[in-house]
Amino acid sequence: MVFVWTKGEAKAGRGVSDAEMTRESPMTMIDSAIHPAVGEWDLPDFSKPLPSRDGDRMLQFREALREAMTEEMQRDERVFLIGEEVAQYNGAYKISQGMLDEFGEKRIIDSPISENGFAGAMIGAAMYGLRPIVEFMSWSFSLVAADPILNNAPKMLYMSGGQWGCPIVFRGNDGAGGQLGSTHSWCVEGMFSNVPGLKMAIPSNPYDAKGLLKTAIRDPDPVFFLESERMLGDKGHVPEEEYYIPFGQANLMREGDACTLVSWGRPVHFCMDAAERLAAEGIECDVLDMRTIRPLDIESVVESLKKTSRVVVVDQSWPFGSVASEVMAQICEHGFDWLDHQPVRVNTRDVPTPYAKELEAAYLPNADRIVEAVRKVVTAG
Amino acid sequence: MTPATTKTTKNDRRSDDLSNETLIGWLRDMQLIREFESRTMQAYQQAKIGGFCHIYSGQEACAVGTINSVEKSDPVVTAYRDHGHALARGMSAEACMAEMFGKITGCAKGKGGSMHMFDRPNNLYGGHGIVGAQTPLGAGLAFGARYEWEVLGTGTKKVCLCYLGDGAIDQGAFHEALNLAALYSLPVIYIIENNGYSMGTAIHRHTANADNLIARGKSYGIESIEIDGFDVRNVYDAFKPLADDCRDMQRPGFVDLKTYRYQGHSMSDPQKYRTKDEVADWKSRDPIASLLHHLMNERECISEDAWSTMEDEIKTVVREAVEAAEAAPIPDVDTELASDVYALPMDNLSPSEDYKHGLKNPLM
Ligand SMILES: Cc1ncc(C[n+]2csc(CCOP(=O)(O)OP(=O)(O)O)c2C)c(N)n1
Ligand SMILES: [Mg+2]
Repeated sequence: MVFVWTKGEAKAGRGVSDAEMTRESPMTMIDSAIHPAVGEWDLPDFSKPLPSRDGDRMLQFREALREAMTEEMQRDERVFLIGEEVAQYNGAYKISQGMLDEFGEKRIIDSPISENGFAGAMIGAAMYGLRPIVEFMSWSFSLVAADPILNNAPKMLYMSGGQWGCPIVFRGNDGAGGQLGSTHSWCVEGMFSNVPGLKMAIPSNPYDAKGLLKTAIRDPDPVFFLESERMLGDKGHVPEEEYYIPFGQANLMREGDACTLVSWGRPVHFCMDAAERLAAEGIECDVLDMRTIRPLDIESVVESLKKTSRVVVVDQSWPFGSVASEVMAQICEHGFDWLDHQPVRVNTRDVPTPYAKELEAAYLPNADRIVEAVRKVVTAG
Repeated sequence: MTPATTKTTKNDRRSDDLSNETLIGWLRDMQLIREFESRTMQAYQQAKIGGFCHIYSGQEACAVGTINSVEKSDPVVTAYRDHGHALARGMSAEACMAEMFGKITGCAKGKGGSMHMFDRPNNLYGGHGIVGAQTPLGAGLAFGARYEWEVLGTGTKKVCLCYLGDGAIDQGAFHEALNLAALYSLPVIYIIENNGYSMGTAIHRHTANADNLIARGKSYGIESIEIDGFDVRNVYDAFKPLADDCRDMQRPGFVDLKTYRYQGHSMSDPQKYRTKDEVADWKSRDPIASLLHHLMNERECISEDAWSTMEDEIKTVVREAVEAAEAAPIPDVDTELASDVYALPMDNLSPSEDYKHGLKNPLM
């Protein structure tokens, strides 16, 4: 639709906005790939093939995250890191170790324990034109910042009628496993991914952590980046050369034809363990690491289903209204004809997170529960 | 609540140095807001405007006096009672009215509504509907401006104006914002448009130590002042030096700007919580009437005739804005409902939507 704004006379006010200069010009469709609200924006070259996942440059998950932030901060001075203990303390989980020395206190910024305040403020900074990386010590603590991160960041572009975007990355630890009890063990993906306007990435290993975080920083939309404190010490090959992993592409970690295991983040490892054990019984599984939740690579899931006809979705958040529910709904919408068994999910148990080690282990999805679920869908019918 | 009576004496009035044209411009700005709001109420009553709608009448001197103390490049952010700020900042009456009519020619293409006015060319970063939510944003806009100047070395020193109501001072977000602003020395001025009521709750009933709001700013080490916000010259006289200093020194400020709203909290307020006498009392020292009196009788720079012409002109502008809003097309569901959701849409972001870009906002 194209039409002409009427010629207004709104000159009574002191200021006559620049907008009035353009009032007689037709409103036309945006024709750029990236919304003009975020200004000139250069995306990384996603057509470049990704480097091999095999190699011996073994880095911890936390080091991979640090490399991603460091490289992007070296590339673009508008990128900076803010959060509790990120600077002088070198990071509550040592993710930002050494970054204060390299970038100085104007770009590696210790915040007070004030998530609502600093998350909200950084949304303002992102609108203004900066590219903040906001570290939540834990996503559990982001709940006190729910208003800015859910009401402002993902809706700013829409609410302003396309005038201001919000290029920001929120990142931090998500999920249980460290015996931290119910307040500190939040898995926010189900709740937060409900909101349109945000993107969400949940890496399961150092290689993906680096490549996805670099992409998150280069993305012009608010990205919620969920890490796991349980995995920060995990080691894996991280190539020397620069790479960006595109959002919305699941990674097939293991191949089999009996059942598809779909997961993201830490439970991908539980799936791999389960698949290993099932293989010993002659049950071979596809294991898909979704890597991003929004966008959700449903095509890869359906592709796998065409081979297996059976699927178990593994999610370390509560089952009701979870990402697992969404994946199952989309499987029913797009892959119904391929199913020989109804989709099954393995979530955490539907209770607050317990403290006691044994209770917590039983609460989380684990290899035992996954093996059991797969056996059931494979042997039935 | 009774009107404040603080007045500076004639001699230390900084605004005395301003030209007649400037002050006449303020008069026009304030009258535009007043007239605009009358027509807004009318249109609301005719059900042409939906949702919540908060009228600015009575508070004109606040927006006009403070906004005219800063540069157009300075960021401004406010709450949901935002029509006055939008107009004072330079948004056209038509874009503002059309937004409330839910038309594509509205400043946010009809996606924001009365409470969410955005104007990029004039650096108005919204219109925010959640009480207090704009206060961390204000700190962040100031952070952005300071970072631009200090780290990137590309910008000039700026100062951000962040407006809030007296009800918003009770929000935790505001205290977090004050702490951040002071801690990082951010050039943001928190302007409390203290109209004495948070919806139907009088200030003494919603906040502790209500007679001493500036104690809160001071407790964070922020320079904090009270200003009679019912006199635009007074607002400028007191606010301008603060704004200049906050810009120069790149540090925050805090203002308890005492004012009054003539209308109910929103369009659906029977106003049982205040007396007619109280409203009349404030109206007796109306900010527009008192500026007009100054210009007519003290400066002698505007005649009865000129004023009457100005009133007519403004009436015409606003009437035409209403007509244009009425005549404008509604946003097209095909192009607008699922656009401006993502700056970089991709496949599979949603089970129901195929996000695309829509019409380019002419304010971009
Ligand atoms: C967080 C939140 N709580 C409640 C509301 C509903 N509400 C909107 S305005 C308002 C009163 C605020 O008064 P004040 O800050 O003094 O601003 P004023 O309306 O006087 O301009 C309330 C309770 C809201 N919008 N946001
Ligand atoms: Mg109030």
